[in-house]
Parts: sequence; structure tokens; C-alpha cells
Amino acid sequence: MDKEPTAPAGQGLSQELIIEIIDMHKWFGDFHVLQGIDLSVHKQERIVICGPSGSGKSTLIRCINRLEEHQRGRIVVDGIELTSNIKNIEKIRTEVGMVFQHFNLFPHLSIIENLTLGPIWVRKTPKKEAEETAMYYLEKVHIAEQAKKYPGQLSGGQQQRVAIARSLCMNPKVMLFDEPTSALDPEMIKEVLDVMIELAQEGMTMIVVTHEMGFAKSVAHRVLFMDSGQIVEGNTPEEFFENPRHDRTKLFLSQILH
Amino acid sequence: MANAIQPSRKEEIKPPVVHVGVVGWIRKNLFNNWLNSLLTVVTVFLLLKTVPPFVRWAFIDSVWNTPAQACRHATGACWSIIPHNYRFIIFGFFPYNLQWRPLLAMIMLFVLLFFSQNRKHWKKSLAYSWIAGLFIMGLLLKGGLFGLKSVESTQWGGLVLTLLLSVFGLTAAYPLGVVLALGRQSKMPAVKTLCIVYIEMIRGVPLISLLFMASIIFPLFLPEGVTINKIIRAQAAIILFTAAYIAEVVRGGLQAMAKGQYEAAESMGLNYYQTMRLIILPQALKIVIPPTVSILISAFKDTSLVVIIALYDLLKTTQTVLSDPRWLGYSREAYIFVAIIYFLGCFSMSNYSRKLEKELSRGD
Repeated sequence: MDKEPTAPAGQGLSQELIIEIIDMHKWFGDFHVLQGIDLSVHKQERIVICGPSGSGKSTLIRCINRLEEHQRGRIVVDGIELTSNIKNIEKIRTEVGMVFQHFNLFPHLSIIENLTLGPIWVRKTPKKEAEETAMYYLEKVHIAEQAKKYPGQLSGGQQQRVAIARSLCMNPKVMLFDEPTSALDPEMIKEVLDVMIELAQEGMTMIVVTHEMGFAKSVAHRVLFMDSGQIVEGNTPEEFFENPRHDRTKLFLSQILH
Repeated sequence: MANAIQPSRKEEIKPPVVHVGVVGWIRKNLFNNWLNSLLTVVTVFLLLKTVPPFVRWAFIDSVWNTPAQACRHATGACWSIIPHNYRFIIFGFFPYNLQWRPLLAMIMLFVLLFFSQNRKHWKKSLAYSWIAGLFIMGLLLKGGLFGLKSVESTQWGGLVLTLLLSVFGLTAAYPLGVVLALGRQSKMPAVKTLCIVYIEMIRGVPLISLLFMASIIFPLFLPEGVTINKIIRAQAAIILFTAAYIAEVVRGGLQAMAKGQYEAAESMGLNYYQTMRLIILPQALKIVIPPTVSILISAFKDTSLVVIIALYDLLKTTQTVLSDPRWLGYSREAYIFVAIIYFLGCFSMSNYSRKLEKELSRGD
């Protein structure tokens, strides 16, 4: 197989692994959607995953917090192996934040309630403290003045920034982003990417499925290219964009970089 | 040219006038084509034929508070049947001099309902007041404690019984229905099958047959000497029946929820119960308020079916009054009175649900 699962990570990264995926397979019915994924993620590493639609990128990161169940191989997150043990799954989910393409804010709760829900019910944080944390992160995503509003009253870009803040309130060790800007109007993409770049600069471990190649170039330690359920190629952004090694990667890059 | 885009010019463009006066409105809405004109004429004719005679019968030629004999001479409605019999219609066979007790219980119920309708009062203290309130209401009806004379439940009847069956029926059926709906969506095959079988079986039979089963067949299975109060059996039948319908409506609401809501809740580590209680049910139940209220309204009216197992609910006490020779033949007046009571109950439910829906829809 022509894959290089653990290409050299960027310089100055911790050697400690936060996510380890070993020979992981998944099927949707008869469709073999993930075909032997090997991936190790170091603490504070930032990985961008790209690839054509249907290549299994989203499914891969959804397996990491068990929104999808893998059927073969191992996934270890923060030292805990993902099995059907529900306690382990809930524990891993509290450590792994997820941002979705369609934001998935809770429309019946105000912005501040969206942010404090997880800390109060999962982390058992006192309400007042949870609200202070929530306001801190809302400031951070530049949206504190909207705290009392409801999701439906915000623009797409604002909603996605709230969704990022909501994940951060849980104080996660890893953040997963599943095409966070794909559902946004063009003029709102930048405000979300800016927030993600700030987050990257603070040393958050991030796995981002995106086609924003500018973001990949400026932020990622490693860019992975996926096709037909496999990681075809993984490299530093410079190497990845300048010297793609595989024909499929070249074809994909020629299609998206006009 | 440049003038055309100056802001000051905007003020001159006004929205088109839509008010055209009464005549214009009539022409536009009632006589805008020949079919509508015909329908308008026919409707006006029918109204003229029915409304004035009804008004004359009900208000002009009617008698309001006279002995039964006086009614025989009146050409209009004999409303006297109500003031002469309202205590039986409302309280049934409850001992006459103890009827202040169910009256007090009903007043308590209405006060509690009145307070509960404001969402600001939805706190723990309200739940405690309901528990205490229901206990006191039960005590007032049943007696036997604190020097209150005991009253057999066979003597309960009238509006009191209807309210009892409805309030307990609806408040117990709703949570049971929600649990059944969740069970039907369960990943555990045993739970799922059990819920489906229950829902489909109950929905497959009429309420009347359930009431018959509760009153006639069920006691046959009880060990000798054990009896369960007939009202409780009827109450259980109503709860089980209504819950099955509510379950299906709630299931519709659950299916309307986007998958992303479950995923967002799960991905922050909420467990199943937290996800349901905090995220899914508040949204799903809100979506299905209109059909849920329809079911609750029809359940409220269906309590009148307990008449077939010889319970004296509001409708039955009214019929009993009508079988009194003195008041024979004044069924129209009596039924209109009962209809007004039912209407007030149903209308306030639907009114309240609309208000609740409006309040809950903020932010959408």
C-alpha cells in the first residue's frame, strides 16, 4: 500500500501522542468507507485533512469521538481506547471538541445557555463559574455582545464562532473541525478562519477537514490527502503543495487550486 | 439623473393604499365573482332564517328561574332547569350538605391551573403545591380523616368526576406517552417491541371496549376478595388509551429533529437522558404542541364515555335530571348548558396552547 501514515511531524512538537489510530476499518453496509487508516497525532499538532467528497474524511474524524463506530483496528484517544464501553465514550467526548459543518447549535437555548450546558451537566461546574468561562470564550470569538440572543438571530459566521466557543468551554484537549466553513456565505468564511487561526496560535491540538488551502498552508503542521477511504499522502504543507508525490494528489490539487 | 438616487426622494414612494372602505371590502371579499355572490346570498338567507328565531327562543321568550310548571306555559327556552338542578349536575350523588367539599376542591384545582399557566411560576415550589393540592383535593372528596365524614367513591359524580378523570387522565397520560415514544425509538429490541405492541394494540381498540374490559373483564382476573375501585379502573383505561395516541404524536416530533442536534449533544459528552431531557424533548415536544392539544381535548371529551360503565359523569348526571318527569322535554336547555361547560374546558386548552407555542417560539 502506498501510504505514509506518520510523516514527520513539525519541529518543536511534543513527542506525546494524543490520538493513535491503528489499521482502522469501517463499512457502511457493504461499502468499505475507511480502508486501513493509520494516524498518530501529537499533542499540539495541527492536521488538515483534504480530499474529494466521499473519500471518508468526515467519517474518519467522526470515528475519533465515536459519532461513527469503527469495525476493525484500534483508536486510542488520550490513553483511552474507544470500545463500546459507554463510560469511556462519554469520557473521550468530554476531552474532544467537535465543530460541525452546520453548526448544530441548540435553537431553543440562548447563546450563553448553549455554552454553559456542557460544563454544567457534564463537568458539573457551578453555574456562575460556567457563565464566566462562557463569557471569556465569547469575548475570544468576538461575539460577547450576543450572549443573550438565540442562535436563529445570528448570522452563519456568528453561529459557527459560537459553536467553536461552545466546544472550548468544555476545555477539550483536541478539537475536531468537520468542514467548518463549507456552509457559510463567502464573506463570513474569514471571520471563522481567523478565530481558528487564533486558536492554533495558542497551541490547541486540531484536526481540520477543510478545503481552505490558505488555512492549511498557514496553520497546519501536516496536510493529509484522503481518497477512497485511504490516507494517500501526508506531508508538511510546503512539501504537500510544492511536491505532491502521488498522481491522485496532483489531480486533486490541480482541481481545487485555480 | 443624480436626483433619482438621492435618499430624500425615498420618502415620496409610499406603499400602495390597501384600505378601500367597507363597501370596497364587501365587494372584494363577498361579491368578487358570481359563485361568491351566490354563496353570500344563500348564507345571509340561512342566517336570517335561523339566528333571529334562536335569539327569540333563548333570550326573549325564555324563562330563567321559575318552577317547572311555569315552563309549560312559556314558548321559549326553559332555563329554569339549570338553577333547579345545577347542584346535581355538578356534584352528582355527593351528600347534599357536604357538597362544599368538592366545590372547594374544584376551586383549588382552578387556582392551581391558573398559576400553572404562567411559565414564570414553573418552579419546584409549583410542583410541591400540585402534590399538596392533589392530596388535599383527594382528602376533600374522600374524607375519613381530620373529622371529615367519609364519602364512598360510588357517590362521586357530575362535573367533579369529569374533572377528576380528565385532570388525572391527561397529566398521567402525557408523560407515559413521552416514555412510550422514546421506548419505540430505543435501540434495545425488547423495549422497542414492547412499546410497539402496546401502542398498536391500544390504538387498535375503541376506548369503549377498553372501558368495558376495565369494568367487567379485569375484575375476573383478580383474586377473590380483592376489588379495585371502579373509578380507578376507568381512570387507568383512559390513561392507557390516551398515552398510546400521545406516544405516536411525540414520535413524530422526535423524527422531525435534525440528526445534528443529537450529534452536537453527544459530542459534548451528554449522556442519553441528558440529551433527551435538555436538547431533544424540549424541541420535539414544542413542535407537536398542536396535535398533542388535539388529543388532550378529545380525551377530555371522551371521559363522557364512562357513562357506559355506569359512572355518573357530567353528561350522565344531566341525563338523569332529564328523566325527572317534572323536567321531561327540556333536554335542549340542559345539553346547551353542558356543551358550554365542555366548550369552556376545550377552548381554554386550545387558547393556552397557542399562547404557550408563541412564548416558546422566541428565537426561532
